[in-house]
Amino acid sequence: MKSAVLVFPGSNRDRDMIRALEDISGQKPALVWHQETTIPDVDLIVLPGGFSYGDYLRSGAIAARSPVMKDLQRHATRGTKILGVCNGFQILTEAGLLPGALMRNAGLNFVCKTVQLEASNADTLFSRQYEQGEVFACPVAHHDGNYFADARTLNTLESDNRIVFRYANGTNPNGSLNDIAGIMNESGTVMGMMPHPENLIEELHGGVSGRGVFTSLLEAA
Amino acid sequence: MLPTFDNNAPISTEMVESHGLNSEEYEHILELTGRTPTITELGIFSAMWNEHCSYKSSKKWLKTLPVIGPCVVYGPGENAGVVDIGDDQVAVFKMESHNHPSFIEPYQGAATGVGGILRDVFTMGARPVAAMNALRFGAPEHAKTRHLVAGVVAGVGGYGNSFGVPTVGGEVNFHARYNGNILVNAFALGIANRDGIFTSQAEGVGLPVVYLGAKTGRDGVGGATMASAEFDDQIEEKRPTVQVGDPFTEKCLLEACLELMGTGAVIAIQDMGAAGLTCSAVEMGASGNLGITLDLDKVPCREERMSAYEMMLSESQERMLMVLEPSKQAVAEAIFIKWGLDFAIVGETTDDLRFKIHHHGSLVADLPIKELGDEAPEYDRPWVAPLPAAPLEDIPHLADPIEALKTIIGSPDMASKRWITEQYDCLIQANTAQLPGGDAGVVRVDGTQKALAMTSDVTPRYCEADPFEGGKQAVAEAWRNLTAVGATPLAVTDNLNFGNPQRPEIMGQFVRAIEGIGEACRALEFPVVSGNVSLYNETNGEGILPTPTIGGVGLLADWTQMARLAFAREGDVIVLIGEAGTHLGQSIYLREVHGLETGPAPKVDLAVERRNGDFVRSQILDGSVTACHDISDGGLLVAIAEMAMAGGKGADLTELPSTSAESLFGEDQARYVLTVSPEKATSVLSSAADAGVPASQVGIVGGEELKLADKCSISVEMLKQTHESWLPGYMSGTKA
Repeated sequence: MKSAVLVFPGSNRDRDMIRALEDISGQKPALVWHQETTIPDVDLIVLPGGFSYGDYLRSGAIAARSPVMKDLQRHATRGTKILGVCNGFQILTEAGLLPGALMRNAGLNFVCKTVQLEASNADTLFSRQYEQGEVFACPVAHHDGNYFADARTLNTLESDNRIVFRYANGTNPNGSLNDIAGIMNESGTVMGMMPHPENLIEELHGGVSGRGVFTSLLEAA
Repeated sequence: MLPTFDNNAPISTEMVESHGLNSEEYEHILELTGRTPTITELGIFSAMWNEHCSYKSSKKWLKTLPVIGPCVVYGPGENAGVVDIGDDQVAVFKMESHNHPSFIEPYQGAATGVGGILRDVFTMGARPVAAMNALRFGAPEHAKTRHLVAGVVAGVGGYGNSFGVPTVGGEVNFHARYNGNILVNAFALGIANRDGIFTSQAEGVGLPVVYLGAKTGRDGVGGATMASAEFDDQIEEKRPTVQVGDPFTEKCLLEACLELMGTGAVIAIQDMGAAGLTCSAVEMGASGNLGITLDLDKVPCREERMSAYEMMLSESQERMLMVLEPSKQAVAEAIFIKWGLDFAIVGETTDDLRFKIHHHGSLVADLPIKELGDEAPEYDRPWVAPLPAAPLEDIPHLADPIEALKTIIGSPDMASKRWITEQYDCLIQANTAQLPGGDAGVVRVDGTQKALAMTSDVTPRYCEADPFEGGKQAVAEAWRNLTAVGATPLAVTDNLNFGNPQRPEIMGQFVRAIEGIGEACRALEFPVVSGNVSLYNETNGEGILPTPTIGGVGLLADWTQMARLAFAREGDVIVLIGEAGTHLGQSIYLREVHGLETGPAPKVDLAVERRNGDFVRSQILDGSVTACHDISDGGLLVAIAEMAMAGGKGADLTELPSTSAESLFGEDQARYVLTVSPEKATSVLSSAADAGVPASQVGIVGGEELKLADKCSISVEMLKQTHESWLPGYMSGTKA
């Protein structure tokens, strides 16, 4: 699987993501600086976590207007698979590639902890390695992860089965509506999620459940 | 319009005094300059000669600390200490206080404390891989405490999370003696290649001096001078001297600096910390036996009409000064433009050993560069040895061990700090092997099996009762915490927080604590490689508890050999390493259960410490140990309770030889609790006997409760509830 990681000033989980992609796909991802205007032809484009532009203005808002985003839109239209994690999810919503918004956590504080995630749709390009309804522990680390969308959008997401991951067993850490942790676009090729599967891929991390996101993509490639 | 200074205004006695300089110091300045200094020069002297930058009260004693050892690459004197971790790699670390600013403006004070220590580490060419914070607040019931906790924690998290460094450890204490002066001690550790270390020592004449990073504003003007004075009730007026942090710029500065260092463009580099441009330029010139000339018209400013005085004393954050290899100028500039940072040639190195500052075409300062640092005053302040604490008499009766345990683990100092640690990203960089809450934070060295363990320790109540034993204990506990995860202790950084050194009893605490630290560091072969002194932590004449925080660093050859403190398996045998407890003076038990802060501090026998610790480490590395925890605050029963809560498993302790307060809650040193599998118990106990280490079986892991005797037990669930509830309740305002 060929992949590319977009790097914005202030991205800081880019290195974690690069290592996970290299480890699982066996290939080094291409790094694309935010000022570049062309993303190479790859199977997967990843927007990593971090604080692009310091989260100034709104998290993801400035990065969503970077030069590289025009080509990301083109790739999205073409159906290239796109994964946004944490700040990457925030950027995808700011760019309009995913619906809704990620607001400040309900508790108002940054939260770094392990939550329970449920694969609420295991029939997607991003989750097919999980069992339907499988629950696993996964870390989160964010200040703005409180998913919000209007009632109509939420209904559509639910009825179209586009909620890929939900916080399970009362572990919603941020007040997200419908316990939403990760969603995909209409065509199922773009997914954003707040938790960090790239921080759950080896024994050192206390588990390997995060690998499923990447092995699902690998299988799809 | 903001006031500007007439550079040649006459210097009045009041001006000298308001710069924190006394009359003898001013006389010395007149001798060195041979004339009346300009106002800019006076500001430069005040910045270089204040306590914070010159260590004038502490230098004499700091020189007595052991600073060399087989692993030491660079000891004190650089931006951070550097130790060898094998495979041509080094660990670079330091701890530094940001106490005074954090009391005045907790969010920015704490944030810029984190920013400053991270810069100290990456200035040397190391990528920061871990951070810790030792925080000390006033009594929970004090009107300002909740606000300060919320602000400091948000500031630490706000900066570290955005920068992208995992916070893997630290300490949080509450005590009324910090009501007027909280302590924020920030630690950072980075990793570099041994041949990729950069220092501030400039070499070569006529080379460009380059300003890097963020622009200069008026924030922090006089900050180092503020940190060298006591507080009084007018402290709010100092707010404008607190700096404002920008972690985004710092992250960009990190990446730009590391990229730049890889190009061979950097001859010397120094971050602008306390007293910004002044200290960094003088340091680079003086350490390289060179003069420096600066043209302030070239300095990137974000405010208008800044005077030379303000530019030289500004403590605006996220700035660096560098001596550049001229042939690499275009490459260097391109890197900084890419990262959106300022890059400006602001001066050059000279051969005249003068520090010359030009502004608007005129020479506003012309001073001898070596003397600015070397001739800083050094005081042998009078001190008196602290009085020994009275021995304990009439120890109150222990009515109910379980109630006492609940009281202790639910008390502010001992309660879970989860509310705080969850606000820090402890996972970023994907190398965290042990999270906050264990004996030490552990991070894997990226791309290897090695791991670095780190811990921050001091028990201020011991230091108050006996600064010498307290100083020893701080070092011993750091060494013990590293040992408890299986690491070999390498070296320490010390962050010495005390009151006003001009009071002989405070100076006495300082001197005796340093003597204790020195003795322990020598005995444990645990040298001091970096550090920081914070004095004048006093308000209206009352000083803090003496708080010499020790940041210890150790190495594990293979992280998979690491021990954790959580009970791992039902049926494991619980072993006490060390003698049964006897010492209740200054214990958490006396303070929390009986309201007594009395008695002597526990004595630290360093030979026993070393013998017991070396044994424990050998057993961990042998794979014989399933869990390990050092015994410190709260004694044996609290250590076992912490292991039970972490593992979600109970223990049968009905065979404990004694359930006296001394045995359960005594804080005797050099002790650990281990668990071992039943098959290995006999061999571990006999190895201990062979090594001359006291070891005894005290219980068995299992069940859902901690059981001392029939009708004397508590469920692990209830323990957890008690332990977890205090801090969230306090911060939400439902508890005092």
